[in-house]
Amino acid sequence: MSAEELVFWVFAPISVGSAIAMLLQRNAVHAALFLVVNFFTISVFYLVLGASFLFAVQIIVYAGAIMVLFLFVIMLLGVDREESLLERLRGQRVLGVALGVGIALELIVAIRAGVGFATHAPANFDEVANRGGNAVAISAVLFRRYFFPFEVTSILLIVAAIAVVVLASRQGSIAASTPEDRAADAEAA
Amino acid sequence: MSTPISYFLVVSAMLFSIGTIGVLVRKNALIIFMSVELQLNAVNLSLVAFSRMHNELDGQVLAFFSMVVAAAEVVVGLAIIVTVYRRRRSASVDDLTVLRG
Repeated sequence: MSAEELVFWVFAPISVGSAIAMLLQRNAVHAALFLVVNFFTISVFYLVLGASFLFAVQIIVYAGAIMVLFLFVIMLLGVDREESLLERLRGQRVLGVALGVGIALELIVAIRAGVGFATHAPANFDEVANRGGNAVAISAVLFRRYFFPFEVTSILLIVAAIAVVVLASRQGSIAASTPEDRAADAEAA
Repeated sequence: MSTPISYFLVVSAMLFSIGTIGVLVRKNALIIFMSVELQLNAVNLSLVAFSRMHNELDGQVLAFFSMVVAAAEVVVGLAIIVTVYRRRRSASVDDLTVLRG
């Protein structure tokens, strides 16, 4: 068994197990921490697949920025209390799990038909696609063939920042002006 | 590279399905949102695996763009959840039966 196979067979059960554990947690903080574990295992898969730049980006952006944002909102809202197990729609849980398992089986059949379980990747990835290092090669592709989409993402980020400022500034003036919100504020105080 | 590429795709399919079950079953809006993130990550993993299989970097660039869009989406989505929570005092999707803000 080679080192790459060993890494895969160590981290694949951790990845799937932490995702299932996230699903079963009733406490939102514990679910967020299991999701961080899952993001780290996915970053290890990126490293095995020769995407060392995305490995760093995955840890910085997902495990760093996005999960800190999630934990910040959980703490801000104080929704770390457990959710009720009461079903409003009868059979929703059973039906949801059945549909999820159905999607998994369908995807695995599609992988078997489209890729094949024994297909190996070409061995010369580091010489052909990753020539000069992954970061150098990916920047050559990103800033030549995908330069226009790259610039468009900057507009997207500005729009998202403006949207958040609008959403955050509105709730101070309007949200507190309805009677039920004032009652809720008085209740909280 | 001795691990067949389909193993990564199977892990990706399993993570995507677990995320789907989370969206369908859970009621806390924040955990539903985390499940959506799990689905996005699963698809990113399959993009990187296909990039490895075809010996091209286009899949990695697409995964990079998807991370940028996911970051913007998380910021706006969490702001909406905070706004809804301020008004309704609840993050459970069972209590959000009307779209009126």
